Amino acid sequence: MIGFQHYLLLATFLFAVGIYGVLTKRNAVAVLMSIELMLNSVNLNFVAINRYLVTDHAVGQLFALIVIVVAAAEVAVGLALIISIFRQRKSVNLNDFNLLKW
Amino acid sequence: MFAWSLELAWLIVLLPFAAFALIGLFLHRWPRLSASLSILAIGLSFILSVLIAAHVFLGGMQEPFELSIRWLAMPGLNVDMGLLIDGITGVMLIVVTLVALLVQVYSLGYMHGDPGFSSYYAYQSVFAGSMLGLVLANNFGQIFVFWELVGLASYLLIGFWFGRDSAKNAAVKAFVTNRVGDFGFLLAILFLQIIFGTLNFNGLAAEIAGYTNTAILIGISILLLAGPIGKSAQFPLHVWLPDAMEGPTPVSALIHAATMVAAGVYLIARAYFIFSTTPEAMMVIAVVGGFTALFAATIALVQNDIKRILAYSTLSQLGYMVMAMGIGAMTAGMFHLMTHAFFKALLFLAAGSVIHAMANEQDIWKMGRLKDKMPVTTWTFVIGALALAGIPPLSGFWSKDEILLGAFASGHMGLYLLGTLVAFLTAFYMFRLIFVAFFGSNKGGEHAHESPLVMTVPLVILAVLAVVAGFVGSPLMDYAFAHYVTYPGAVHHDPNIMVMVISALVAITGIILAWAIYQKELISHLALREKFQGIYTLLYNKYYIDEIYHWLGQRFIDGTARVLFWFDIYVVNGLVNGIAALTGGAGKVLRYTETGQVQTYAGYMLVGVIVIVGLVLIAGFAMLI
Repeated sequence: MIGFQHYLLLATFLFAVGIYGVLTKRNAVAVLMSIELMLNSVNLNFVAINRYLVTDHAVGQLFALIVIVVAAAEVAVGLALIISIFRQRKSVNLNDFNLLKW
Repeated sequence: MFAWSLELAWLIVLLPFAAFALIGLFLHRWPRLSASLSILAIGLSFILSVLIAAHVFLGGMQEPFELSIRWLAMPGLNVDMGLLIDGITGVMLIVVTLVALLVQVYSLGYMHGDPGFSSYYAYQSVFAGSMLGLVLANNFGQIFVFWELVGLASYLLIGFWFGRDSAKNAAVKAFVTNRVGDFGFLLAILFLQIIFGTLNFNGLAAEIAGYTNTAILIGISILLLAGPIGKSAQFPLHVWLPDAMEGPTPVSALIHAATMVAAGVYLIARAYFIFSTTPEAMMVIAVVGGFTALFAATIALVQNDIKRILAYSTLSQLGYMVMAMGIGAMTAGMFHLMTHAFFKALLFLAAGSVIHAMANEQDIWKMGRLKDKMPVTTWTFVIGALALAGIPPLSGFWSKDEILLGAFASGHMGLYLLGTLVAFLTAFYMFRLIFVAFFGSNKGGEHAHESPLVMTVPLVILAVLAVVAGFVGSPLMDYAFAHYVTYPGAVHHDPNIMVMVISALVAITGIILAWAIYQKELISHLALREKFQGIYTLLYNKYYIDEIYHWLGQRFIDGTARVLFWFDIYVVNGLVNGIAALTGGAGKVLRYTETGQVQTYAGYMLVGVIVIVGLVLIAGFAMLI
């Protein structure tokens, strides 16, 4: 039987994968995708907690919808940035973007 | 009859200060107006002082008049400002306002045409106001404030001709030397405030009467004495007064002979309730005064500058007064202060008249025959010198006799003999000056001319006072002075004919000796100088005290400065630079953590979040357990 714990474990796993991707991927698009993964793990938590702990109204599910909307906007901005920087540098490798260094 | 004048006593202080402010702010472009205003202010103060003195001495005032206003109050500290008028104040008010008035009138002639005429009168006014404030103060705090203000006025007036390096240096020397004494004075005031919780004279007198810790009282007395030693130029802080003669001569007469230097003696008289509790402190005062009296008199024997002779004479007479304080003859000391103020102001003003006539020549050997050209100046100077020498019945005789009598009758035989010796020396050096400068055969004074009336009239007035001022404290008037200026437990000794005769005789001997050497030249002074070459050189160079101080200054003060310089460079600078270097070094190391990789920063954030979550979890478990 699949229960509350399994949802939480799955969400944690997804989150960890997302963090791993954000910290290690050199491709900017892959980093953006990893961020999506983390956001979705949070969504999963919202929905699961709403389902199991607060059953009388649907705040968690509404929140998940809002996060999806914000994530879509964020992806649009993020991809625009990546395209812009790609035009400058002819690269999407994050190692080439270290202008903030001393 | 004049009791109402007491309520106006604060005007005495305020008028000269107002004159100072008006001259300084608005009137300095109009010299005549400035001078008139200053003289008007001090004149009004003089009239008020006379009224107050009339009330104190003739109106039969029983209790001292005191007026006190709370100026500042905080937990544990109350600072009052106020006025205290009793016999001592009455005497000082008359002396200060009268001499200041005469000197300011005299200065109209002496300072005529000086480019700084207006500022001269402004400074004179600020001095007069401060000195009167000092005299009227009813607590130590206020006295200290005015004490410093007269020091400031003295500084400004010594350095009045600041174009001359010597005047500038003398002003600084006077100020710095006084600082040494004032440091002790200030410490004493702080101790009084801390131990007794008040600075009011009457309050302190009541507290100290019941205080038994002798060691503390001696300590406070000695610290307090440092103030008078500086201000009244007693040994070892006497070095500034002879140099202070660089100021205009009327200033020397007023500040450095008659009034400000007497402030130290006045302070001892005012604080007599502290000093008189411990015989040890009294002994120190007596010895300091007696030593200074003899020390300065010996230097005066061989000086050639007319003002310097008078300056050393002033030192010597101040020593006399301080000695009188030390042997318990406070009344005699104050009496001598009063008579000395008149005849020494007279001597200085007459010397100023001579210098004025001689086109700023001050060497007595370059004068001579002045008696034919300047009769008024000469004879008033002679009267002043006779009074100073202590020839009866002039004022100096009565006051000096009272001091010698005090020393003799209270059993201070050593100080009595010393005082008599100083009386002899005083007569000798004063008449050396007179016979050389006024009656001598040198031709230096051929082209001199008598000074204008505005200068000679003050001389005549002071000469009259130098003759008659002594009677108020003489047996002829039943010691009227002692009746008003006294302290609880004062002993008045019966007049002793022997003391009187001896003091008069030694003075006359001194005059005759000076006449024999410098007028008749029965004994050649040049031969004397040859014979006592060593002593002469020692005295002429003022016992090399200035040189010793200079050497000590170089050794210790410059040495200390060098140590402090090292400390500043290596410790203070080192600390500041070290902190800067530490910050810079830390930056140099830590900048390697800044890679510019956003992912690295995100990693740091993750580590931070994990640490915080870990801490929260541990705290949560700890609470559960």
